This record gives sequence, C-alpha cells and structure tokens, in this order.
Amino acid sequence: MVTLKELVDKEEIVYPGNAACQGCPATLGLRFLGKALGKNIVLVIPASCSSIIQGPYPYSALKVPVLNIAFAASAATASGIWRAFKKKGRRNVQVIVWAGDGGTFDIGLQALSGAAERNENILYICYDNEAYMNTGIQRSSATPPGAWTTTTVTGKKEYKKDLALMLVTQGVPYVATASLAYPFDFIEKLRKASRIEGFKFIHLHAPCPPGWGFPPEKLIEISRLAVLTGMWILYEAEYGRLKLTGPSRHLLSKSRRKPVVEYLKMQKRFRHLKPEDYERIQNYVDYMWDRLKGLLEGSDGS
Amino acid sequence: MGDPITVISKPTIGASGRTGFWRTFKPVINYEKCTNCLICWLYCPENSIEVSQGTVVINYDYCKGCGVCVNECPFKAVDFVLEGEQNA
Amino acid sequence: MPKVAVITGNHAVAYGVKLSRVDVIAAYPITPQTTIVEKLDEFVESGELEAEMIHVESEHSALAACVGAASAGARTFTATSSQGLLYMHEMVWWAAAARLPIVMAIVTRAIAPPWNIWSDHNDILDQRDTGWIISMAETNQEALDLVIQAFRIAEDERVLLPVMVGLESFIMSHTAAPVGIPDQESVDMFLPPRNPNKPFILDPEKPISHGNICGPDCYMEFKYYMHEAMANARKVIYEVGREFGKIFGRTYEGLIEKYRLNDAKAAIVTTGSIASDAKEAVDSLRSKGFDVGVLRLRYIRPFPYEEIREELCSKKIVIIVDRNISLGSHGILFTEVRNALYDCPGKPEIKGFIAGLGGRDIAYFDFEKMVMKAFSEAEEYGKIILPQEWFGLKHTAKGAG
Repeated sequence: MVTLKELVDKEEIVYPGNAACQGCPATLGLRFLGKALGKNIVLVIPASCSSIIQGPYPYSALKVPVLNIAFAASAATASGIWRAFKKKGRRNVQVIVWAGDGGTFDIGLQALSGAAERNENILYICYDNEAYMNTGIQRSSATPPGAWTTTTVTGKKEYKKDLALMLVTQGVPYVATASLAYPFDFIEKLRKASRIEGFKFIHLHAPCPPGWGFPPEKLIEISRLAVLTGMWILYEAEYGRLKLTGPSRHLLSKSRRKPVVEYLKMQKRFRHLKPEDYERIQNYVDYMWDRLKGLLEGSDGS
Repeated sequence: MGDPITVISKPTIGASGRTGFWRTFKPVINYEKCTNCLICWLYCPENSIEVSQGTVVINYDYCKGCGVCVNECPFKAVDFVLEGEQNA
Repeated sequence: MPKVAVITGNHAVAYGVKLSRVDVIAAYPITPQTTIVEKLDEFVESGELEAEMIHVESEHSALAACVGAASAGARTFTATSSQGLLYMHEMVWWAAAARLPIVMAIVTRAIAPPWNIWSDHNDILDQRDTGWIISMAETNQEALDLVIQAFRIAEDERVLLPVMVGLESFIMSHTAAPVGIPDQESVDMFLPPRNPNKPFILDPEKPISHGNICGPDCYMEFKYYMHEAMANARKVIYEVGREFGKIFGRTYEGLIEKYRLNDAKAAIVTTGSIASDAKEAVDSLRSKGFDVGVLRLRYIRPFPYEEIREELCSKKIVIIVDRNISLGSHGILFTEVRNALYDCPGKPEIKGFIAGLGGRDIAYFDFEKMVMKAFSEAEEYGKIILPQEWFGLKHTAKGAG
C-alpha cells in the first residue's frame, strides 16, 4: 500500500532547475517514477521533450543513469541494455524506457512491437502529451480527434490510435494506463510492473500547458477531468485480462461520466470546435467504453 | 582534467540555471491555513517544494511559478502573487 | 573445434565472434549475411557460445540494441549488408559518436533498386564519414582474423571507436576455403575481457547521462576527439596486427598490403577479395615483362595516406579499381588515393576504373586489360587524359558522360 509518508521519505530522482516548462507533466511523471521504483533503474530516453528537460551538457537534471537515444530506437536500445545486464548478472536493475507519444506511437512503434513480442524484460512508459511537443506541437497518431496542432490547424480529422489496447490484445504480461491526478494508482502500477519479468507498458496521460493551451496551474485539474469524463480510462491488463482501476471503475455507466465538453472547453486546442464536434467526440468516448465492456466481460476482471 | 571523450553529463541541481527567474507569479504559503497535508509537495512538477520536519517550504531559487500548488491546495492556503509584489 | 576447416567467409566470421567471447548479439537477416547469424544462433543455442542473442525486428533496432548493450558494458556484435546497413545508418553515426567499441561485419552487397544481392562496395563505403574504423578482408582467413583484431582495436582506450569488417557477397560469404581456426586459449591471451567502464557505463551507483544536448559551443570538440582517436587507430592497428602475428603466426602489417610492389613501375590499387584477382593479373603481367604490383587497402578508415604516398609517389602509373561509384563524382578510392598523391614531389599518372558494380565479375584478365589500357593511353598521349573510365559495360546509353 502506497502512503504519503513513505513517498516523502523516498529520495527524489528529479533535480529542480531543469529545462521543463512551467507545469510540465513529464517532470512530475518522472518524480512519481522515482518515488515508485527508487534509484536502481536505468532510463532510456529517445528524442522528446525529456531529452531537453534534462538540461544541457555537462549537466543532467536526473539522478539516475540515462541513455539518450535516437527517436525510433528506444525499445530496441532498452532490449540491448537488459540483455547485457542479464548476461552480466545484474538482473535487479530495472531498465525503463521514458518516451513521448511520438517515439512510441509513430516512429518508435516498430521497435516497441518487436520488444513486446520478444517479451524483453523492460518497462516501457509512454508519457503522452498527444502531439510532437518537443518540435513545436505537430500532430501525432496520439493526437485526439478535433485537436488543433500546427499540422492540423482546422482540428485533427483522425481518431487517437489506441496503442495501449493494441498491446493488451498482443497479450504482453502487463499493460496499464495512468494519470497524474491519481498518483497512488500510477505508483502502484509502476511497482506491480517492476515485479513482473517480461514486457510491461504504462501509458501516462501528460497534459501539456503550452501545447494544449491551458494555464499551467490547471495541470492536475485537467488530468482529473480527463478521467472523470471518461476520455482517459484507467485500467490495467495482465496477459490481456483487463480490469478498470481508480475512478474509472465506477464510470462504466455513461450517466456517471461528466460530459466531455467540460474537459474540451478548458483547452485552447479545442476552441474552434462546434456543437456537432462535441457530439462526435462524446459519441466516440461512449463507443470506447462500450468496446471496453466487451473486453471486460470476457476477462477475469471486475 | 579534460572533457570526457563523449558527451557525458553528471546529475546537477539547477541544470538550466536558477529557474526561479522564470516566475511571473509566485506561490506563497499561508502557514496559518496550511495543515501540512503535503498535496502541494506531491504535485509540484519541479520538485521545488521541500518537506522540512513535516513543514512544506518552497524553494524559490527554482520554483517556476506554475501555480499547480495554488490550484490543488484543498485549503486554499497558497496565495499566487505577482512576483515582486509579495511581502515577506 | 578443428584447427583447419574448409568454411565459408560467413562461418569464418561466426567463428571469430565466438572466439571473441561476445556477450550480446543483435541481428536481422539479410542475404548474404544470413549464414553469419544462423551459425551464431547455432553456437548460442548449443551452449558453445554463452551470449544473449536478440532477434530484433529490423537492422536499425539491431544496432540500437548493440548501442544499449555496449553502454551497459557488454561486448557486442552485429552484421548486415546493403539495405540493412542503410536502414541502420542513423545508428551507425550514433555508435561512433558514443565511442562504443561495437564490431559489425558487413557482407558488401549492391544497393537497390534494382534488387541485387551480389557484391559491390557502395554500401560499406557509404559509411566512411561516420567515424567507424572500416576494414576490408580479402580472404575468409582474414575475415576471421579481422573480427578478433577488431575487438582489440575497438576496445583499446586510445581508440574507442566501433569497427566494421567487410567481406564480399558470395565470393567470400558463401564460398568455402581452408581457414585456420585459432584455439580459444590463444584468443583469450590476445583478447582480454572488455573494460566495461570505457567510454562510460550505465550504473545506478555512478549515474551519468549520455547524449544530452550540446550546442555550438561544445559539439566540435567531441568530433575532434574522434579525429584524434582515428589518428591513434593507425598506430594501434599496426600494433595489434603485429601482436596477432606473434600469437597466431599470421601477421597483418597495418593499413595496407603490398604484393610485388617494391620494384614495380605501376601499381593497381583496390580493396576486398578482387585484390586476389589483381594479384593473379600481376603475376601474369610480370611474366610478360610488365613490372606491376598491387597495393590493397586493408583499411578504408583510417585512410592510409602516408602508406600510399610512401609506396606510390615513385610509381609511373597508378591504376585504381573502384568497385563503387560516387555518382556525380568519381570512384571513392580514386578520389581518396588521388588526394593522397597530390603531395607527391613527382606526380604519378593516375587512372581510375569503375568496375564490378552489382556483382559483375572482375576476373584476373579484366585487371590485365585495365592495366594495358592505362599503359597504352599513357604511351599514346604521354599522360593519362581520361582519369576515370567505366570498365566492362555492356553498352552505354547515349549521352552518358
């Protein structure tokens, strides 16, 4: 059981004075990662905001070993590190990928799928700010429908690729989603994942103040609203057996979910949406939940 | 001692300098309302709130003034004031 | 393990890797490299080689996995050709600038389109700017020996650059020849375990970050350190080759190999297994009264400027045979050798030939023809007037330069 007291005493892995924007979800996510797993870890960070957040040579804002690597390569690089540790008898050091949605959903997908299929003993965490933020807010396949980005200026037409669900059906040992507004849920999932030998994937929702157009102080509020409107579903799946966690457990019934427009209205990237767009997005969220029901019924979960 | 032969960096506080200079607004804890629930500490994206003997203290050298602590405090015990206008 | 076996170049490489006690292998199959990986898999699954074998899903991931493994202190190896090498090109640059002592075998194969699985050298030469040490074997024996030497050279603290061992598609990779396989004990004496801390290691006890952003004020120095390492590599390659000779009886004298070159008036310069054909041509020409020799480039990087100047400045004619073409310019060896010879006090005549692209055969009589062409041109005009010619084309398109 995670307690606040225990977290306070645990050493931080993120140094303040780093290059992250005000209210950045990535640094907060890394703080939680450190609190969950401690310092006996190695991070693989592909090209992403986190590459720059660390600060410039010769300084690093992270207190753990980091291998920065090319955009498409993180899961393969992590596989190599794990195999070397395995060969050298250092199996207790956790190998963790900390990648954005770009390096995970798009250019990094091949390596991710390969590592998952080989069941490499790595924990792959995707902090998803729903666009290529580091290069200035261009769309990715993780960008939700309707969102403005510099390359979808009239709003993205396509839907958000459901990568976590793809991995659930790939049947890897552990897949989970997480939110910064529910840190204990995230930390418990991190710890559970770290106790499994095999491929683990955690998808962390990472609202980005400059990219999404909201004031930094609303970081946690927006994260929370994403979950409470059902736009971001908290679950975990062991070998494809899916189970809802946190507040999402109680949101199967549509009436318990807040209307998505409450979440959309808080972000400038959805400012141009019209009532029919809200409806389209609401329908899609309802569809996601209905689809999930089908997966839950066939599983051992609740 | 020269540079390492390849680009190796060491863990350092303030890797991007004294980011306290980034602030426009500054969070100030009202210790009369503060109950030490630690929610502000938990959610600080910068790790610039320290817990010192159970009390939360903001590290103004690095606090970027994002305001998450202001927004999340359940007791509205953190004021958000314009930088330079705050009284000690 | 037999002492002498008749094995293909690919299997020779696999034996070299096994004897080098590699920790992690990550590879993706591509013709004609496949039998290297298959043999290694056999060694690993039988327990003969205690290594982790990662069956990655692409070549880019193969080298990425090697970068990861090497950063964690392992001795690593991969192999590829042509399309695969191009696919991992980004990581080729990465491995070198990260100063990781990875060894990679390249079975040189032509680049598509059209699909062509036979040999030419464009794929490996395309990597010449990356900072890798690039060697080219002439025989299956040399391929095996080069793999073992490659780890020594790469891991030497004065170098710390990755090393490519090139061998030609099919002519070497799939052609069996007698190869002396060293015993493990001797190899262990020659090649100690890798120092995992150089250039850096991922270790939670001593956390560091590799690859942070570094702007105009610090990038250039890192490139200069690589440049210095390449300069050191020249010396290390000689040392390692000589020591190899002491232990295994086959000495490799540095960056070039000379065949009947000292008293020659003309020299053929080339690289790879076609040098064997060049040597045969030299024997034939010598019997006809022509004093020709061969200078074989064993290493393309570091480029043997001094050796070339030393051996070739005094020659009357230098004939460079490129099994590659840098389109819009000349053959790559032609450009680099000519550059090296610019500083000669007296200039030799230089004739370059583009031959053998896409695996078109270059037999010993082709070399003879090329040499005679160069001779007759020099005689007719008093000098070489066409510095570069394409040899062995079936037809030329109208208007082609």
